[in-house]
Amino acid sequence: MHASTRRTYLSGLILAAALLVVGFLLPAWLLFTVTKAIGYGLVALGIITLMRGGLVSFGQGLVYCIGAYAAGLLATRIGVTEAPLLLLVGMVASGLVGLLVGPLIARYRGIFFAMLTVALSMVLYGILVKMNAIGGSDGFTLPEPTFFGWQPDVGTSDLALYVTAVIVACAAATACRLYYDSMAGMMALAVRENELRVEYLGSSVFNVTVRNFAIAAALGGLGGSLNAMALGHIDPLFSFWTTSGEFVFISVLAGHLSVGAVFVSALILELVRSFSNRYFPETWQMIIGIFLIATIIFLPGGVGSLFQRVLKRGPAAGRGESAENEGRAAP
Amino acid sequence: MSGTPLKQALKGLMAGAALAAFGVGAAGQASAEETFKIGVVTFLSGQAAESFGVPAWDGGRLLIEKLNAGEVPAPYDTVGFGGMKIEAIPIDEAGGATKQVQEFRNLVQREQVDAVVGYVSSGDCLAVAPVADELKALTILYDCGTPRIFEDGQYEYAFRTAAHATMDNVSIARYLQARGVEIDSIAGLNQDYAWGHDSWRDFTASMGQLYPDADVVAELFPAFGAGQYGTEISALMRERADVVHSSNWGGDLQSFILQSMPRGLFQRSQVVFSAGDHVIPALGNNFPEGVILGARGAYGLMSPDTPLNNWWFETYQERYGVIPVQAPYRMAQALLGLKSAIEKAMAANGGARPTTDEIRMAMKGHEWEAPGGLIQMKLGNGHQAIQPTAIGTTAKDSDGNITVVDIERFAAECVNPPAGQNSVDWINAGFPGAQCE
Repeated sequence: MHASTRRTYLSGLILAAALLVVGFLLPAWLLFTVTKAIGYGLVALGIITLMRGGLVSFGQGLVYCIGAYAAGLLATRIGVTEAPLLLLVGMVASGLVGLLVGPLIARYRGIFFAMLTVALSMVLYGILVKMNAIGGSDGFTLPEPTFFGWQPDVGTSDLALYVTAVIVACAAATACRLYYDSMAGMMALAVRENELRVEYLGSSVFNVTVRNFAIAAALGGLGGSLNAMALGHIDPLFSFWTTSGEFVFISVLAGHLSVGAVFVSALILELVRSFSNRYFPETWQMIIGIFLIATIIFLPGGVGSLFQRVLKRGPAAGRGESAENEGRAAP
Repeated sequence: MSGTPLKQALKGLMAGAALAAFGVGAAGQASAEETFKIGVVTFLSGQAAESFGVPAWDGGRLLIEKLNAGEVPAPYDTVGFGGMKIEAIPIDEAGGATKQVQEFRNLVQREQVDAVVGYVSSGDCLAVAPVADELKALTILYDCGTPRIFEDGQYEYAFRTAAHATMDNVSIARYLQARGVEIDSIAGLNQDYAWGHDSWRDFTASMGQLYPDADVVAELFPAFGAGQYGTEISALMRERADVVHSSNWGGDLQSFILQSMPRGLFQRSQVVFSAGDHVIPALGNNFPEGVILGARGAYGLMSPDTPLNNWWFETYQERYGVIPVQAPYRMAQALLGLKSAIEKAMAANGGARPTTDEIRMAMKGHEWEAPGGLIQMKLGNGHQAIQPTAIGTTAKDSDGNITVVDIERFAAECVNPPAGQNSVDWINAGFPGAQCE
């Protein structure tokens, strides 16, 4: 095993272990907030995957919603409440949709790609709003999830979901890091820099884009099914453009330099929203807006660039991932 | 500059953590003896704010102030909730059910509120009710329309202190019959989401029972927030239906009214608005005459002549300069219900501060007098209210101001399904067990 691969595995494991320990110390509301932030962070991780290839999807609500509805329908219609299974089904369902949709839109770039993704997510929203058999615009309620046959009681269900979320998040982040550092993952950076040259060198831009889109979709589905279980209720707003907008915001806040940053950004956004809601009930949207503008002005490279700065000052400076980082702090 | 945003973010996080620690530590101590903390969740921004959320919070804020001062007429003349001062935390309902579940949890787990009163949107009510049971948190759903909450589910800690939307449309159909309106054809324009579809379903089903020969000639479902109804109005004008039904609300209803008036729709058909009273303050004397109007209860211009209601109407009008419409009435009805249940629980346990479970048991099947009439928790195993309602027709008074005349009052049992009955089935079975005077 390559040294950097081993280091990625190791940091994923250490982080997961640390977060699990922290989970036992957090108050209940924060457990839930972190779980929800991880759900959002997973979707944003998908957008980061696309961003590395120079694309931004403004319609990740599509796959987020499909993951949630796949898990929700399986739980309510067939009675499967097993959390790992629901996560898997959500991820696979959205991944398949990604594989179907990806080839159709993979040749578009920039605003056209973004608008097509919004259009598709709003089509799903429109369909779900009209489907009164599954709750229409009001959505429907999910049963409490079980974990390998174990039904946690009231006090421990938040913790059980948190543990699940942390494991999923660390696994997804580790897998993404490995993919980004692999030859296939590096191609995305090349695509962003110069598509023509990639084609001349014998690689397929189309394949890279479709692969990234499918991965992003699978991550979106994973986040959707996780949040469906955490919230206990799903509705078509999961696919609404404002939801997709939040995912993009989280990605912008995180930047594409670090896979851990998306989860930190998602949590920051949740906390800013929650506390501004509590203390400024009539102007909370403005607080979030100011926060977003401030982020863009003062931290154009995202939260991830802060990690990088800290790393560069530390003893590990110049090692490992630096090949990717040179001159990329401000895209 | 480089370190500043991170430092700020960390500071914010630490403040949050400190606050959380403080919140957990302070729970159940001496200060809690004197106050009863409620979270009030309603729309403070977005489309439903002007129509429902802001008037409801205005009403709630006013009533809480008067209750804390002990200035509400009997039987609500004790201070606060059974002597405990009421402390309210307002939260904006805008942002979808996902955000509401999160903020509900934050209210209960972080702010340690004793009860949550709120929710206009049916989707939010459906999402929050199971969480209320999970966290064992007393929750009063004060407004939302859908009958699904207690017909599809069963909850122990969630209560709805207002009748669901079935009443609104059954009473409209009964009003048409009571006033002897001749009807051969009906048409509808409703918003294309659950509320609009449910309202239209209840109305056509009720008309099917009371006017079996009337035909449905147009069913229009423009998108929620459409704002432009030119095509739909043309279709309605062409069909010349005897009755045009709409459950539209807020900006959608205002646009529909303003765009229909110059086209003469109100002259060509008898228009009924099942929940339209709340746009009267906004439209004022631009509101058309001769429209049959519901208010989702005996509220506002159709409220009964009781000392409690007269006090409420005048106090609200004096403070805000507009008449109270459905939303403040529904908020008042929820707060007074909570107050009387708490005081009932206190009377039962010898005057001590009641536990959540004691209040919950007192609330179950409870009855209390509200400005809009007697509220009875008779459905959904004692968790869903029924209430009397009133329907009227708009007219101009001698000064040219819009008012409501020809008011018909309907008893709660006349327009609400009996316990254990699904509302749609009840209507389709011909209203079995309905008691109308």
